[in-house]
Amino acid sequence: MTAKKKSGLDAVDDGPQASDATEVGQGGSSGDPNAHVSVKGLIEKFPDAVVRHCVNAGDQHVVWVDPTRSMEILTWLKDDASQLYDMMTDVTAIDYGGGRPVNVVYQMFSTTHKHSLRVRCELPLDVMEIASVANLWKCADWLEREVYDLFGVNFVGHPDLRRILMPQDYAEGHPLRKDFPLRGRFSRAEQTRRALNQEVDRFYVPDLLEHAGEPQEVPEVGAHATDVGGNT
Amino acid sequence: MAQKTVEIKVGRAPEMGVDGRPSMSPIAPFDIAEPDIGTEHMLINIGPQHPATHGVLRLVCELDGETVMKVMPDIGYLHSSFEKLGEYRTWNQIVTLTDRMDYLAPLIYNCAYVMSVEKLMGIEVTERCKVVRVILMEMDRIFGHLLWLGTTAIDVGAFTPFLYSFQERERIYKLHETLTGARITTSATRVGGMMADLPEGWTDQLKDFLDTFPKTLAEVHHLLTGNLIHIGRTQGIGAISAADAINYGFTGPNLRAAGVSHDVRKDRPYYDYETYDFEVPIGEHGDCYDRYLCRMEEMTQSVSILRQALARLPGGPINVADPNISLPSKTDAMSDMESMIHHFKLITEGIPAPEGDCYMGIEASKGELGMYVVAEEGSTKPVRWRVRPPSFVNLSVIPKLAEGHLVSDLIMINASLDIVLGEIDR
Repeated sequence: MTAKKKSGLDAVDDGPQASDATEVGQGGSSGDPNAHVSVKGLIEKFPDAVVRHCVNAGDQHVVWVDPTRSMEILTWLKDDASQLYDMMTDVTAIDYGGGRPVNVVYQMFSTTHKHSLRVRCELPLDVMEIASVANLWKCADWLEREVYDLFGVNFVGHPDLRRILMPQDYAEGHPLRKDFPLRGRFSRAEQTRRALNQEVDRFYVPDLLEHAGEPQEVPEVGAHATDVGGNT
Repeated sequence: MAQKTVEIKVGRAPEMGVDGRPSMSPIAPFDIAEPDIGTEHMLINIGPQHPATHGVLRLVCELDGETVMKVMPDIGYLHSSFEKLGEYRTWNQIVTLTDRMDYLAPLIYNCAYVMSVEKLMGIEVTERCKVVRVILMEMDRIFGHLLWLGTTAIDVGAFTPFLYSFQERERIYKLHETLTGARITTSATRVGGMMADLPEGWTDQLKDFLDTFPKTLAEVHHLLTGNLIHIGRTQGIGAISAADAINYGFTGPNLRAAGVSHDVRKDRPYYDYETYDFEVPIGEHGDCYDRYLCRMEEMTQSVSILRQALARLPGGPINVADPNISLPSKTDAMSDMESMIHHFKLITEGIPAPEGDCYMGIEASKGELGMYVVAEEGSTKPVRWRVRPPSFVNLSVIPKLAEGHLVSDLIMINASLDIVLGEIDR
């Protein structure tokens, strides 16, 4: 990086700096794909969808696959008798910054075969969407909501894709993206103004109120009561 | 309004114990709602500030009479953006963030984080460090389970176990304090070792605890395990099948209570857990009572692991000898030029990591705790630090578990999941 590095509080608002690396490679050592039964199976079954494979941290096999075919591949990994990844341990994402693609990461474990596998999909910043696996693994429901909330990845087919950690009306974007400054996008004054102006009703998501049915009619006692109550 | 039919699981048949008293009591089946009394469903709000939600958790419930038709958990009140903050900190500075997540068992989080970073960097810690970390993690498993035991018992009206378990927790607090100087925010680990070795007399203090703790545990067993009120409130409540438990992402004691034999310490052993002699308790029905029994037995097993670990605790250094990873001693840093340079480089720059990513899953007191770190070549800060929170995934199952039960059972189900909101919201 040629520009002089800012230090202290000046650097805080800029967010993490992009590294000098221009290549996309995010892997460790390239390992033997035949060492892991699922990697071998994936390359045989989906030769054109497996982008690359590597072995990280000694023994952890990572496979990059084509995001447009992720549903097909993950369904096979869950249901095929030789794989049976019945436990979706984690769904998360990585933003490397600097305009590089956001990676969606699936960490899986098979309770039958005792295998672990990590599958990653690279999403270009202009196509931030991938098929939802919440119908395959129910636990992916909340995990995908969190990735949507913090990274802005759109999970197509998710039953209830809402923010989960941040408030529903949060307007500053997706906090774990590298272009999001640590202190937020709005100034402190704007954040305070919004906090003071919030309405109590927004804490109830509208569809939650729908589940409760229509509000019950309160019998009117007389004209005086409505005058005082003021139904606004 | 159309009535929603919900199947109610009826409890097990009563069995007579050896002493002639019934050891289990049936849960009487009850009708959902009188079809001829047409009332609207009601939306009620539990939390975010309520003792029974065990933290700042809000549960929006749709009720038909007293029956829960739908639960919508609302989280995020304690969101502190730890993962974002981690991207601005060097590897060792992140340790202080980890114990603020699960403040009920902080040492497990300290250890899990550095284990993940060490695995990414290919650092092999010393034998003594491995055993010390096993001791700390098992001690905090008891620590976490004790809080669950006390608060869960109090949720169903039993006050005495709360006092008993908090007395025992106080002794572990003292062990924390002797070791790290802090009771909750321990921050005891560093990449490549520990902040400090065990102080003199610490193991004796722990041995004292191990000698008397099983007696307290037996007393709580006596108070709760055969207690008809406790049985009536827990058996058949919040049951889940084994296949569903896996699919919904349950881990830890919640998963094992449903009859799935999955423990990270057995399936993907770390720190020589395969050489320790311990059993993994498995439940049968997947209800609140089995979750209770699993955790109670896990505490007994942890005592056994702690005894074995103390017996095999080797001598030798606690930190790795590599000066690029471990800080030199203060005396060396002030008297030896080389050490001073290493000290300066480590503090100002940090430890460079290789390019790649590493997921390290360990068995925490609440389930599988995963630490996922991603680094670029030579970076001294993580590109991404992700915590796979066990409570977050366990809590997401609550709408399935609570549907069709009473509101009072919802409180019991929420308590039996053993959640901690610091880690759910992060």
